[in-house]
Amino acid sequence: MIGGFMGVGTPDRLIDALVEAGTGDLTVIANDTAMPGKGIGKLISAKAVAHLITSHIGLNPETQAQMNAGTLKVDLVPQGTLVECIRAAGVGLGAVVTPTGIGTLVEEGKQVLDIDGVRYLVERPISADFALIAARQADYVGNLEYALTAQNFNPIMALAAETVIAEPDHIVPVGMIPPDAVRTPAALVDYLIERAR
Amino acid sequence: MDPKDLIARRVAQEIEPGTLVNLGIGLPSLVAGYVPADMGVYFQSENGVIGLGARPPEGMEDPDLTDAGGGFVTAVPGAAAIDSAMSFGLIRGGHIDLTVLGALQVDSAGLLANWMIPGKLVPGMGGAMDLATGAKRVLVAMQHHTRGQSKIVETCDLPLTSAKPVDMIVTELAVFTLRDTGLHLHELQDGVTLDEVRAKTEAAFTS
Repeated sequence: MIGGFMGVGTPDRLIDALVEAGTGDLTVIANDTAMPGKGIGKLISAKAVAHLITSHIGLNPETQAQMNAGTLKVDLVPQGTLVECIRAAGVGLGAVVTPTGIGTLVEEGKQVLDIDGVRYLVERPISADFALIAARQADYVGNLEYALTAQNFNPIMALAAETVIAEPDHIVPVGMIPPDAVRTPAALVDYLIERAR
Repeated sequence: MDPKDLIARRVAQEIEPGTLVNLGIGLPSLVAGYVPADMGVYFQSENGVIGLGARPPEGMEDPDLTDAGGGFVTAVPGAAAIDSAMSFGLIRGGHIDLTVLGALQVDSAGLLANWMIPGKLVPGMGGAMDLATGAKRVLVAMQHHTRGQSKIVETCDLPLTSAKPVDMIVTELAVFTLRDTGLHLHELQDGVTLDEVRAKTEAAFTS
């Protein structure tokens, strides 16, 4: 899974490294695929992705072309459901029970629960082998702080992968980030790589 | 006046002072320009900001402060930056007073289709399903037809966005509301006749 919203809050150095290494056949879980040449769009253009789980591909014609050509499998998930299913995986919950998607194509093949007269869809947790996330700052032990709209999926994805690799703008000494500004505690973070300047 | 601006200006009249409002990308985003700054309205953008401001002047852009379309924005005093779980918690949880969405089709029962044309265009639903299902009030802002075809249809043949009907539809010709009996003509835009709206609307409606 890769953080970011239209390329904002996406770990660009990690993506560049994946493209350079010629990594392929990836399953990518991300809010969107940005645009060609930007953020996750670079992985799409490099044909590195075989399966994409996402909420929106409308601004990346390359993603749509690969999907239509049958070379990229795309599962579309409502954005709120996507983030909550990732959170569920990360916090040990067995499902997300949501009204979103009821009465639409999203409902197909899924369990529906009636709770106090309201119909809800049962959505499964979503986890990954790796979470590649961006942050504003990390300290040497791996506590993370985020910037404005570059937060998006990043703090949630940090909960839901076997290995979490964070790409902060800066790595600062322990103590520089006040405890109450830490959004992702270091215990969740396995590796740090500073963003390229 | 451009039809899109006419629609945006009319939608803006539906916004109450002191409310939290989400505007979709495209036409709906124009609505903010018609809401006076002193109304105490906060605009939420689902990528994680409450208190969306105008575009920054050139050279003053913050790469970490954008709207849901990825464009640079500013944050007004009193703004808050949040993650996607909080953002959609607010949306699904009924904390958004009003959302304004674009549409491909809306039907006589008020059901909305705005996320795919099978085999042709598949942008994905993004946040639209959560917004249409969770916002307290859902307005559709759209042009009345596309390539001569009415976008207000008897029954949507495109995939639906939500099982919950919208509350109001604003086009350059008319404003419709949803009643128990179905679609109702609420008002005509200036210079538009009832006959013209009937001729250009596929769906049946009361007036």
